[in-house]
Amino acid sequence: MRNPYLPYPVRIDDITVETEDKNLKTFKFVFLDPADEQKFAYKAGQFAELSVTGQGEIPIGIASSPTEKGFVMFTVNKVGRVSSFLHAMKPGDIMGLRGPMGNWYPWEKMQGKNVVIIGGGFAFTTLRSSIVYMLQPENRKNFGEIHVIYGARSPGMLLYREELAAWEQRDDIHMHITVDATSDPNWKYNVGFVPAIAEKKAPPAGSDTYAIICGPPIMIKFTQPVLDKLGYAHDKIIMSLENRMKCGIGMCGRCNIGKEFVCKDGPVFTLEQLNKTPREY
Amino acid sequence: MKMIAIPKKEWPAGLAKAAGSFRLFGPVKEKEFHSFKRLENGQLPDFSCQNTRLSPKHLVYPQSEVMLTYSLDESRPDHHIMKEAPADTSPRAVLGIRPCDAKAFVLVRMNFDTPDYKDPYWLRAYESTTFVGLSCASPCSSCFCTTAGCGPFHEEGLDVLLADAGDHFLAKVLTEKGAAWVAAGGWTQTADAKAEGRLADLRQAAEAKIASQVQTESLKAADTTALYNAGFWEEVSFACINCGTCTYSCPTCWCFDIQDETRGTSGVRMKNWDSCMYPLFTLHGTGHNPRGTKLHRVRQRFMHKLKYFVDKYDRGIQCVGCGRCVRLCPVNIDIRRVCGLMNGLAASGEACAID
Repeated sequence: MRNPYLPYPVRIDDITVETEDKNLKTFKFVFLDPADEQKFAYKAGQFAELSVTGQGEIPIGIASSPTEKGFVMFTVNKVGRVSSFLHAMKPGDIMGLRGPMGNWYPWEKMQGKNVVIIGGGFAFTTLRSSIVYMLQPENRKNFGEIHVIYGARSPGMLLYREELAAWEQRDDIHMHITVDATSDPNWKYNVGFVPAIAEKKAPPAGSDTYAIICGPPIMIKFTQPVLDKLGYAHDKIIMSLENRMKCGIGMCGRCNIGKEFVCKDGPVFTLEQLNKTPREY
Repeated sequence: MKMIAIPKKEWPAGLAKAAGSFRLFGPVKEKEFHSFKRLENGQLPDFSCQNTRLSPKHLVYPQSEVMLTYSLDESRPDHHIMKEAPADTSPRAVLGIRPCDAKAFVLVRMNFDTPDYKDPYWLRAYESTTFVGLSCASPCSSCFCTTAGCGPFHEEGLDVLLADAGDHFLAKVLTEKGAAWVAAGGWTQTADAKAEGRLADLRQAAEAKIASQVQTESLKAADTTALYNAGFWEEVSFACINCGTCTYSCPTCWCFDIQDETRGTSGVRMKNWDSCMYPLFTLHGTGHNPRGTKLHRVRQRFMHKLKYFVDKYDRGIQCVGCGRCVRLCPVNIDIRRVCGLMNGLAASGEACAID
């Protein structure tokens, strides 16, 4: 069995500044050994440890979709030591990638079902992976209606703006983009917090509809009552958690919620599962 | 497996012989306290110690361990690429480990040896080691091993069990590894027919001396969130100073941190013991901390050992009753009492599982 602590060597292929505050950048990585890309086979919703040699590792959700080949992509917020160092790195620099880790959104269970994605801020990364995956022509027929409710503080803080605009033009996905506030007279989408937009735009609950929620704690806190009001059952509400992590393989002991490790047994849980655990996240 | 008699006068010469094929480790007194160390040429393990102050877990799981190495020197073709650090996996024998500490490795193995992932550092150290246990004829007053799934003559995790029988050791050979170690020492005298009976008598006498107990029978059926929300955590954690002594001295605590350390252009990625008692252990980059108070952290330690572990593996509690945390806690937090509170709440029906 491979040493699970040993990262695959990767090269930074491209860096994109995503947001107007320049705190979010998207990194595209290419594996130095092309065979490693096969070993890194992943599903939408999983994460990996980005290993910045000499600095440390950070667990980050995979923003590219398994349907996109030749690279893997991560969007990283500049927060601490490793992410700040990473933000100062350049295309061509060598680092490491360990993973993929954790479980994924329940794609098997969601076959043939309607999916509503509710995201806020920079937690949209694995949701982007999911949307790209579902919209792939051979996958799209496997899902019913797809709704996306995605909000950020301002238009300039939305991630993947060009893709959002392209998805807006399609008729096989219902986009509900929103910002908390804007002074832009040309803003043609929604204004309001995510929970309020979700209340207006989310499809009716039913045994055929799953909601995937990913966002800051405050958004989750106010979105859950909305979904309750709309009648979503707790086993149909899917959430992706974050906790401080080191090993990413369920051994180092810090990311647990009860007996479950967010890194290995998660990060994806149903609200029904979370109701039974000490919610230490 | 067979029982060997090792006359004490043949013990030093046999160890010298075994040192030819094993790196030997054993309890050694340094200043005031005993600890497990590599034995120097001709040095004997000191079996007079009741038990070492710290557990021997560092032999398999060092407090700091280099996992990977790297170079930042861009003139090298492999710059910034992590490499596995070399390791010495030649056979070694740990002499005089107490049964509780040997059983602890069996519990910790469940964390590092899983169907999905295997920790190569822990496993190769464990697998290259032969554990020669020394049974406890006179356990400490704070030991509660017999109700913690263990005992003063417990054999789980041992390759050989030694019992002091006056002028000789009775050596019960439990595994092939143990047989290889006995052969390396050149001890060949099979114990007489009464040896089994003598060992059983010694065992019974030792077990009778264990005065302290824990009650654990209701923990498994208890509802996790009810135990988590129990009223007693405020009082249990009140005096805790989050010093981490309990976690560092515990043979079954395994939490760790990973850090990169660079000097000049070369460096290492290492694993260091960490502790759930420290706020940094769970602190998010945003400043949010899901276990931000000492109540959270004390509760995590006891819930992990006495409930989460029980539920996850169904192999009893994550504690072998060695009593170190009881003896060393500066504010007298006692796992036996906390276990009683948890088990009591569970038994009272207030914490029964709903489904």
